[in-house]
Amino acid sequence: MNGFGQMAGRRRHLLGIAGLDPAQIRAVLDLAETYISLNRKGGPRDVLRGRTLVNLFFENSTRTRTSFELAGKRLGADIVNMSTSGSSVAKGETLLDTAMTLNAMHIDVLVVRHDQSGAAALLAQKLDAAVINAGDGTHEHPTQALLDAVTIRRHKGTLENLTVAICGDVLHSRVARSNILLLTTMGSRVRIIAPPTLIPAGVAALGVEVFTDMDAGLEGADIVMMLRLQKERMGRAFVPSAREYFRFYGLDAAKLARAKPDALVMHPGPMNRGVEIASAVADDLQHSVIQEQVEMGVAVRMAVLDLLTREARGNA
Amino acid sequence: MTTLAFTGARIVDPASGHDGPGVLVVRDGVIEGIRSDVPSGAERIACDGAVLAPGLVDIRVGLREPGEEHKESLAGLAASAAAGGVTTLMALPDTDPPLDEPALVQFVARRAAAFGSVTVLPCAAATKGCAGRELAEMGLLKEAGAVAFGDGRRAIAEARTMRLALAYARGFGAMIVQHPEEPSLASGGAMNEGELATRLGLPGIPAAAEALMVARDLRLAELTGGHIHFGHVSTAEAIGLIRQAKARGVRVSCDTAPPYFDLNETAVGGWRTYAKLSPPLRAEEDRQAVVAALADGTIDAIASDHQPQDTDAKRLPFAQAEPGGAGLETLLSVTLGLVHGGALTLPAALALLTCRPADLLGLPVGRLSPGAPADLVLFDPDRAWQVREESLVGARNSPFDGRPMQGRVLGTWKAGVRVFG
Repeated sequence: MNGFGQMAGRRRHLLGIAGLDPAQIRAVLDLAETYISLNRKGGPRDVLRGRTLVNLFFENSTRTRTSFELAGKRLGADIVNMSTSGSSVAKGETLLDTAMTLNAMHIDVLVVRHDQSGAAALLAQKLDAAVINAGDGTHEHPTQALLDAVTIRRHKGTLENLTVAICGDVLHSRVARSNILLLTTMGSRVRIIAPPTLIPAGVAALGVEVFTDMDAGLEGADIVMMLRLQKERMGRAFVPSAREYFRFYGLDAAKLARAKPDALVMHPGPMNRGVEIASAVADDLQHSVIQEQVEMGVAVRMAVLDLLTREARGNA
Repeated sequence: MTTLAFTGARIVDPASGHDGPGVLVVRDGVIEGIRSDVPSGAERIACDGAVLAPGLVDIRVGLREPGEEHKESLAGLAASAAAGGVTTLMALPDTDPPLDEPALVQFVARRAAAFGSVTVLPCAAATKGCAGRELAEMGLLKEAGAVAFGDGRRAIAEARTMRLALAYARGFGAMIVQHPEEPSLASGGAMNEGELATRLGLPGIPAAAEALMVARDLRLAELTGGHIHFGHVSTAEAIGLIRQAKARGVRVSCDTAPPYFDLNETAVGGWRTYAKLSPPLRAEEDRQAVVAALADGTIDAIASDHQPQDTDAKRLPFAQAEPGGAGLETLLSVTLGLVHGGALTLPAALALLTCRPADLLGLPVGRLSPGAPADLVLFDPDRAWQVREESLVGARNSPFDGRPMQGRVLGTWKAGVRVFG
């Protein structure tokens, strides 16, 4: 396996799924599997002892930040959560000034979420620490795709030759981009299903099939991934209303019946019940693995933290 | 009384068609003519086989003074122009405050003239404040020295305003310069719409945003009889519309800038904000269409679209970075790439940088005719060099940073005075 992640500046980072090869992806997933079982037994506590992890979230996120925090704690790292409201960032400090400040603090890992595409890459160029992209604008959210992949593999035994339907606001979704890249890299067929106003230009070139009719797109799918539709996208040109969206692109039992009988239903959270997904489907444990995705998230992030710090720990 | 004799050059004067050896004689800052001998008493300037041509006429240059001198002062602009071989330029009005007052137009021209290296001719605001609503005082602005009207990097968005501007400017014999981009389609966009924008997660600007505005304004030029000039055309579709309109006699002209025939959208890969321009770098097919339109005459001029930005405006996440690239110092070298690549002859390429833009504005410059001011550029068409932002004289935000070049300016003369090299 090549070194994990992407080179930028002086070291390796996880900035996206783009550029990872199947062996690298499999290595993270395999390591995540071992952390799943270790976690259930109480887990290792010393892999990152004496290392400092900073969670720098420019966008609100409870789920992802907590997941990284737990992952770091279970590996024994010191965790600092930096919120940006009321900080020097809110006072107009630029992203690169923030990077310089963090460098002076000699941290080991920076987990960053930012509303601008490319923000994690920009930090990685200037930072001595390993940068993990926890979501940058509408670009990528690699740990989400990795945790989705672990979840899928545990249920289906493979990531090859599956039919995965990704439904909803693909245009604004970094989760969709990372999942498209990961699943096509691993040899699955990816369909995207969305109203034409929420389909990104040129997306077919990423190797996906594009559907605007949800029934047709779900036909025979092994996996149904729903995306969150942000409220501010409605009414403002992209979609006329929530009720119309739910009627044509919300996942309910009738639409789900088009997929395979053992299809998995996934959602990166937080869900808008009654907008993109009916509660009855979200809570149907025969199909829904939405809670399991959260558990996998911690294990995958432990694996990523472990792999990215191996070189620095002299344990490559 | 000083007499200069440029000897040993390949003299290229696209306006007259002269291309060959000779001695260019300059007396008191004015071209006397091309002869075969050196007049007695003349100071010799040995050109050693380099090309001697009219100083370049660049009809699209962004000004940062007044208002944003930290990005580039007029002194910096004058130095950049001299280093690029540009001796006459048309400056855009979207300064702070904008050039919508006769006194501001005079200020810019006079202050730039004090540096002695370049004539700065303002394109004054077409509308007050470049806000796109009320017409600016075009008559008074023209008396103060404005040579054309437009709203700079902002499109004149309303059809009615554009109609009035085209009609009114016609009365003063001036053209309206449009930034051809439908703002409601381009709003929020950071790069060319398509696969690459989707991969980078950046909001796109469709090529249709340019074609829509061009189609509308061509129709309004026909309606009013006014002269519409489109800056920095960048798409195959818009070029096709302009080509057809020219064939049916619409008063239309256009320019493009080096990034649009030398680079395509892939230059923004890796979030290179220096390659963030307005309009955005386009697809490869569009780039090829720009080259073809330069070769067949549809595009009337190559302008630098010099848009200085400082590092604070560029070292940001891509969508937040300001668009625009420095262009004066690379204008000639990048254009020579078209000659080396076989798309244009050297005289045809130089015509796009000299007499053709000068003719658009009715200026006596951009030619080596007797009696014209001795504005000259001397360059080695083959000298290899590499663009490095830290070695640029003026603004450093070059989209060509790192690019190897073939052809370099050796010297620039303004009215017979050496101002560079």
